[in-house]
Amino acid sequence: MECCQKLEQLDIDPSKEKIVLVGNPNVGKSIFFNFFTDTYVSVSNYPGTTLDISSGNYEDYIVLDTPGVYGVSSFNDEEKVARDIILSGDIIINIVDAVHLERDLFLTQQLIDMGKKVIVGLNMMDEAEKRGLNIDIDKLEERLGVKVIPTIAIKKKGLKKLADNIDKAQQGKISLKDDIKEKLDSLENEINNRADSLLILEEDKNVAAVHNKKVFELREEIYQQRRKRVNNIVEEIITKEEENSSIGDKIGSMLLRPITGIPILLIILYALYQFIGVFVAQTLVGITEEMIMIETYQPFIINLVSNFIAPESLIGKILIGEFGVLTMTVTYILGLLLPLVAGFYFFLAILEDSGYMPRIAALVDRGLNYIGLNGRAIIPMLLGFGCVTMATVTTRLLGSKREKIIAIFLLGLAIPCSAQLGVIAGLIAPLGLDYFIIYVVTIFAVYAVTGTFLNKVLPGESTDLLIDLPPIRMPEIKNVLQKTYLKSKYFIFEAGPIFALGAVGITLMKEFRILDWIKEMVAPLVVGWLQLPKDATEAFIMGIIRRDFGAAGLSSLALTNDQTLVALIVLTLFVPCIAAMLVMIKEQGIKQAAMVWIGSWVAAFTVGGLVALFI
Amino acid sequence: MTLADIKRGNNFRVKNIPDDMIRIQTLRMGISEGSKLNCNEKIPGGPIIVKHNYQEIAIGRNLAEDIEIELYTEGSD
Repeated sequence: MECCQKLEQLDIDPSKEKIVLVGNPNVGKSIFFNFFTDTYVSVSNYPGTTLDISSGNYEDYIVLDTPGVYGVSSFNDEEKVARDIILSGDIIINIVDAVHLERDLFLTQQLIDMGKKVIVGLNMMDEAEKRGLNIDIDKLEERLGVKVIPTIAIKKKGLKKLADNIDKAQQGKISLKDDIKEKLDSLENEINNRADSLLILEEDKNVAAVHNKKVFELREEIYQQRRKRVNNIVEEIITKEEENSSIGDKIGSMLLRPITGIPILLIILYALYQFIGVFVAQTLVGITEEMIMIETYQPFIINLVSNFIAPESLIGKILIGEFGVLTMTVTYILGLLLPLVAGFYFFLAILEDSGYMPRIAALVDRGLNYIGLNGRAIIPMLLGFGCVTMATVTTRLLGSKREKIIAIFLLGLAIPCSAQLGVIAGLIAPLGLDYFIIYVVTIFAVYAVTGTFLNKVLPGESTDLLIDLPPIRMPEIKNVLQKTYLKSKYFIFEAGPIFALGAVGITLMKEFRILDWIKEMVAPLVVGWLQLPKDATEAFIMGIIRRDFGAAGLSSLALTNDQTLVALIVLTLFVPCIAAMLVMIKEQGIKQAAMVWIGSWVAAFTVGGLVALFI
Repeated sequence: MTLADIKRGNNFRVKNIPDDMIRIQTLRMGISEGSKLNCNEKIPGGPIIVKHNYQEIAIGRNLAEDIEIELYTEGSD
């Protein structure tokens, strides 16, 4: 089966019984996982996705974690991965949020309908209590037909009891009415797999294809029946003492209400700038790139390699030359990008785990609608200010191909990455406020006009915002660090080889004078249209290699204030760095990527020339 | 009326969600046709935030325009 082939790639012992942890997003699942697998955890990338799957051992079982999902189906990558792992599981530990039973029990009931052996961890009992919710646990057990253990994971309460009851996991009472149950039974007789049968009835094409079956068009009917049963159960088991809103609720609504939410968002963005743009990009990178990589590592590696290979040979240049794979590439990735990317992921993990991210998405939804995106696109857009390459990978979370094209185009065109921002800020600051404003307004206008234009001309429709707003909670630091580590590691492994490939390409282009040729071709445009000295071309061409190289190249030229402004605008809009281009080719194909590349040339020179004309 | 016409604080009942995929997704989150909800926030020109017990969902304005609702006052049934 397809799912099991992929699971085999995760290197999991097939002879052992598997416990699978399943739950909605933000229910504290990771704390359970850490409790069960304290000693040895392995994390592997799930083939074909950006998702990591953690697995570990507990007694004689293998414990597998799954991405947080609202149900078992295949609406996105998270769900497909969760579905495959759930299907392979022997015992399901389903973690539910006691405050959100209506939402969470839908998944529980679906797992039960699949015929899986289930045990439920009823988490966040303390929050339920604070809100005056009384939950009749015995009744819930009776109605679901499976064991329910109340827990407060964050205080480690109930975890041991849950673990002791693992062997009591059992099949529960299903939600389906007789006519559907008959169909399920007969399909189960045919393919001998209850869970797969249910998903085929629920129109899961992937599972159907594995069994060479056509899907049944019963999803909505089944979902309706399940929803009805869940609502009935919730009504029976919960009694509310009084409406109690917690401090988290109050903060949550403050963050959403524009009059308070927008100032708070601006403060958070300023904090992000201080943290990434000032602390990481300047202080930390000063240490990692300058001191560690350029002053210590590079002389060492050049020395070492020179013993075997002549530095002047082509191989020598590829390895340890100006753009060498072992020199520039390693310095760039570990000295510059790693701190920036890790810093960004750290900040993002806090925004996600605190429940703030979906609220930001809601606040900015309207603005992004104009350019054919919805609020969720704020994540790649924010990440783009860190590293466009990293952000391009993240566009996978967008709902349609159309949105991905728009987002990637805008990222490539008008979002300066942090490597470049630092140098730009340094060059523009001495020019004064009026130049700074012209710069920001121009870039923003290009962004808005391009987005609006793409939204008009691209066929199809963008998806609308529909997201669950989790409660505001204090993020757990261990979780935040783990996420940061995993995502940064994934980025380095994903992008590292691409940067190396780009570096080899640049060395070859330089060796065979292709760069010089491009320079000669572009020079008339630079001098005549942009009114810049011929040498500025060098800076633009360097920008193809690394965006910040280009900006740094400008500081050595004697430019007037007006010329500096024009050069910076051109450089910002100019083609994305070679690594970002390669990722775009990988994500969207060569045609899309070529359009972004050519579009950037056109936009950069058109806008730069216009600004030169008018200032 | 549609969900886009709602005012903050209004209680309402969902009458019709025309889009199949959206109906499936909202069913999973806990909202179905007939659900009684409250409008918790309305971001000017932007999403409508609906609330049911402690569950909050943000619904984009365009989508809200397609969702048919009717108002009700607490205690009327």
